[in-house]
Amino acid sequence: MSAITGIVGGMTYSIVAEGLVKRFGETVALAGVDLEVRTGSVFGLLGPNGAGKTTAVRILATLVRPDAGHATVGGYDVVASAHQVRQLIGLAGQYASVDETLTGLENLLLIGRLVGQSRSAARHRARELLADFRLDDAAGRAVKTYSGGMRRRLDLAASLVSRPRVLYLDEPTTGLDPLSRSEMWDIIRGLTASGVTVLLTTQYLDEADQLAGEIVVVDHGRVIATGTPAELKARTGARFLAVTPARPADLPAVVSIVGMLTQATPTVSDATVTAPLADSAVLPAVVRHLDDAGVEVGELSLRGSSLDEVFLSLTGHRARDESGSESGSASGSGHADQGELRAVSERSAR
Amino acid sequence: MSIAVETTARPLRVRVSAVEGVRQTCSLAWRTLVQIKHSPFELLDFTVQPVMFVLLFTYVFGGAIAGSPHQYLTFALPGIIVQNALFTTLNTGVGLSTDLEKGFFDRLRALPIARFSPLAGRIVADVVKQAWSIAMLLIVGAILGFRVGTGPPSVLAAFALLLVSTLAVSWPIVLVAMLAAKPEKVQVFGFIVLFPLTFTSDAFVRTASMPGWLQAWAKVNPVSLLSDAARGLLVSGPVTGPALASLLYALGFTVVFAPLAVRALRRRV
Repeated sequence: MSAITGIVGGMTYSIVAEGLVKRFGETVALAGVDLEVRTGSVFGLLGPNGAGKTTAVRILATLVRPDAGHATVGGYDVVASAHQVRQLIGLAGQYASVDETLTGLENLLLIGRLVGQSRSAARHRARELLADFRLDDAAGRAVKTYSGGMRRRLDLAASLVSRPRVLYLDEPTTGLDPLSRSEMWDIIRGLTASGVTVLLTTQYLDEADQLAGEIVVVDHGRVIATGTPAELKARTGARFLAVTPARPADLPAVVSIVGMLTQATPTVSDATVTAPLADSAVLPAVVRHLDDAGVEVGELSLRGSSLDEVFLSLTGHRARDESGSESGSASGSGHADQGELRAVSERSAR
Repeated sequence: MSIAVETTARPLRVRVSAVEGVRQTCSLAWRTLVQIKHSPFELLDFTVQPVMFVLLFTYVFGGAIAGSPHQYLTFALPGIIVQNALFTTLNTGVGLSTDLEKGFFDRLRALPIARFSPLAGRIVADVVKQAWSIAMLLIVGAILGFRVGTGPPSVLAAFALLLVSTLAVSWPIVLVAMLAAKPEKVQVFGFIVLFPLTFTSDAFVRTASMPGWLQAWAKVNPVSLLSDAARGLLVSGPVTGPALASLLYALGFTVVFAPLAVRALRRRV
């Protein structure tokens, strides 16, 4: 095994990338990205549209050559030993699709045959995967009649035909409705339990949080943060507590109570006091203290930090800010609401 | 949910053998042919459309051009076969462009398969479709009264010449498919080029009534040469001259456009 895996500092890594650079004309898609993905782990590549996530995956899947830097998968260089790398990987996601005019079964059969399975082995594998992904009823139907969720499941099944050791999932749930999305999450969790190394790209913090053991945040082709979901949340404030007193006159009292209990400096805007909350167990104490102080609460809520909030705290600019300007980073809470709303509406618009 | 993805440690190959490459090409050709089963429109494209052309040309123009539909059919069927074969090559470009646009090509390229097999598979499938189309036209022609004036070896030679020629023509089409962003554009470009090309030849009419400058072009138009060769092989008339000229054209198209197309494909993906 050691011959085909990168061993760094006593740990086994399936994917090691150093200083990946890729330009498309004037655009710099990757400006020097390092990645180390531990064998058997789920690794999340988190960033907004255009951050360079897909380019990174395409390089690691041997589809694009890097302009500088190098990467190995299972110890094989993605440029010099592309053929070996292709035998180790599976690719699923927004840009690697199935043939819409064929049936689900035919798609899987085709890939099985292409990777060298015998006719009967390919059929057996296809049936097995169709059953696993609850597509057996639709096996004989053309893919163009499938729903979005079914199509993604088939896409994922297609990437698993060859039993890859390393799986790339490029935005596996982008554009899916909430139900299909959580269904996809269950499937991905099931995969990781079987020991496959997964590299997942996503625009959604909650998705990375749900699935990945380690997250790298990329922006403008650069890695801007690395860590476990818990570490990233600790840096950005896991959740935000927002309290709106019924009477604006109570605002100073609310600020002092919230500040004391969350041990953070609350911000005030639109008569709402907001503070990052590391531990949600503090919540009952907040309620009790407000009650003791005789503050009548108009509204009290707890929100997860959105991708925008993560970006705001990591980079000082908004995730989807085209200009990349650093303005308006001072009052995080008022913007955060809009950011979250925007993220939700963008999601549903797809 | 448990999913069977147990990975097995297997020895990795360094390259694809030629035999495997051919097998992969066949699998991909099968895929393109199976598409027809699910896409009745495509069947219309290369079955009903040519038949319709034969019927329209024979009964609408036939009498006016050649005195009687039957006489015209004898003259025009080889030309219609050539025209149809040229238009069928658009399938290669449109299909390839669709695969690129939808991302299916990326899936193939991320598989450990021979680099040439996706393109080769499509071309092989399209040659099969071509042969089918030509056979359809000959059968419909025979029903309407077209009689082969030569023997089976000549008919086979006509098939071979047409397939070689369309294979050569598919290279510039592949190039267009690589340069055009959308499949529809390939279709439009093909029509803009192929329509005038086929009509400024002797595929449908004798060139005698054309203006002098047009006659001069029609004489060297590869569509004329291929139509003449097909006529010679299927009905009667000189074969060697037009057939050799057609093969030279095919060679020229391949030498010029195949490297350009392959280079454009490498760049695009």
